[in-house]
Amino acid sequence: MAATLRNVTTYDLKLAAPLAAGFVVFFVTPLVILLALSFQTDPQGGRFGLTQYVNFLGDSFSLGVLGSTLWLGVKVTALTLLLGYPVAWLHQRSPGWARGVIMLLVLLPLLTSVVVRTFAWVVILGRQGIVNASLLGLGLIDTPLKLLYTEGGVVMALAQVQMPLMVLPLITALSRIDPNLADASSVLGAGHWRTFRKVILPLSLPGIIAGCLLTYAAAITAFITQSLIGGGQMLFMPMYIYQQASTLQNWPFAAAISVIFLVAVLVVVSIFNVLGRLSRGYTNA
Amino acid sequence: MGNRRFDFDALSFRIVMTGVALLALLLLAAPTVVVIWVSFTSGYSLKFPPPGYSLRWYVELWNAWQLQFALMNSLKVAAWATALSILLGVAASLGIARSASLTARVLDSLFLSPLVLPALAFGLSSLMFFSLVGVPVSPLTLIIGHTVVSVPFVVRNTVASLAQMNPTLLEASASLGATRWFTFRRITLPLIRPGIMAGGFIAFMASFDNVPVSLFLRDAATDMLPIRMWQDLEGKLDVTVAALSGVLIVATIALMLVMERVAGLSKRLT
Repeated sequence: MAATLRNVTTYDLKLAAPLAAGFVVFFVTPLVILLALSFQTDPQGGRFGLTQYVNFLGDSFSLGVLGSTLWLGVKVTALTLLLGYPVAWLHQRSPGWARGVIMLLVLLPLLTSVVVRTFAWVVILGRQGIVNASLLGLGLIDTPLKLLYTEGGVVMALAQVQMPLMVLPLITALSRIDPNLADASSVLGAGHWRTFRKVILPLSLPGIIAGCLLTYAAAITAFITQSLIGGGQMLFMPMYIYQQASTLQNWPFAAAISVIFLVAVLVVVSIFNVLGRLSRGYTNA
Repeated sequence: MGNRRFDFDALSFRIVMTGVALLALLLLAAPTVVVIWVSFTSGYSLKFPPPGYSLRWYVELWNAWQLQFALMNSLKVAAWATALSILLGVAASLGIARSASLTARVLDSLFLSPLVLPALAFGLSSLMFFSLVGVPVSPLTLIIGHTVVSVPFVVRNTVASLAQMNPTLLEASASLGATRWFTFRRITLPLIRPGIMAGGFIAFMASFDNVPVSLFLRDAATDMLPIRMWQDLEGKLDVTVAALSGVLIVATIALMLVMERVAGLSKRLT
């Protein structure tokens, strides 16, 4: 009887078979083909070897693109954390209606088309955009500043586009902290800054790490924002892959760049996962 | 003395945190507000502030057949990808959610992995796959690609709802003589429906908004909206795109509020 009762609460694993089969054919197999193709020595096919990888790793231009993409992710993540943490903090201590407004503002960019979001930044940062119009109007500058097609512009736009990915895990983490801990800290004589540094910040570490992981992964792969705000002068990995695959039709090299990029993303994800596990151990202790 | 220092400490902390938070919220809202504002311009460019206000670019949308055609394609592909994601994703979630077996854990990671892998690399590898097996790109390949990147949202939300469900309810239903199918329809499904709806909504938006997969898997005749808009913006800063963006923003907010009501969207995202 007990056995039949337990059976009622679980479903057959076979229900996952159709999706699993679909993933093996249309997700795993393509990635295996990508890997195989990256070992082809030239676009016409033929022999297999490490030529494409040697070409990438021996080329300072390609390494520069990889480096600037990974570095871009660091800058965007740092800015997003700096701006996003106070938003989560404010959400936590606001009355109900204000929470709703903050949540709407945070969710809106997440669900607005990325082209629309990026397009807005073109309007804001352009030569005739808001920032330049205001600065000219105030007489602070004589000629429009170049804001679009600069790395600062890309970082700014990406920080806004990816902010929800940072704020949502932070809100979850902050809501799990026992408010008595902050009270205890202040009763024992610690000021607000000290309580924040010694109690709140360490306890929200799992949320910080989860948010940083999502933001970083999204920022370095954000093809549209990178290319529209960055323009032609700045090249990041996603556009590099697209150029090699589509414009130049050099599939083996595009495949090799993709594999290198995938590995880089997976390494970063694993590092964050390890940090996340360590931080959970720390907050539970 | 100590008291006054404490006050300064509290005040400076609140001012800094609230100040930065308000700045960040302004930054979050600014692009949306700006797009809607500039879409009412009477001028021919995206100059700010607009020289005057009119509805001309919204009227212009009626004649923008290229954008309308792309919009219809995007809606169709997103609808198919969402339907497939819900059908396959919910079934798979039922199979893996309450199982502790290694297979179930591995499948769970597999189904969620498109979320972290660069979509562009997946798009390229799909194109390589289809050309290797000799299948030309078509709306069908597009729908398959979109389903792969959309299904993780359905799986994640459905698995989370199933994990929160109290198994006693299922035992009670079974002990009262209900069949498995009856229990599924009358107990399980109503309890996990909000999770499925929230997941389906996010999956729809993810497909509708997707560029990297569409770039590789669409055929020349299938123009997709985000790509059309992106190319219009790269070429010329077209004000019609601003008007269309305004329409999309309003539609998104309306859908979000509906989903918040019926599925508690914000609770599922945190």
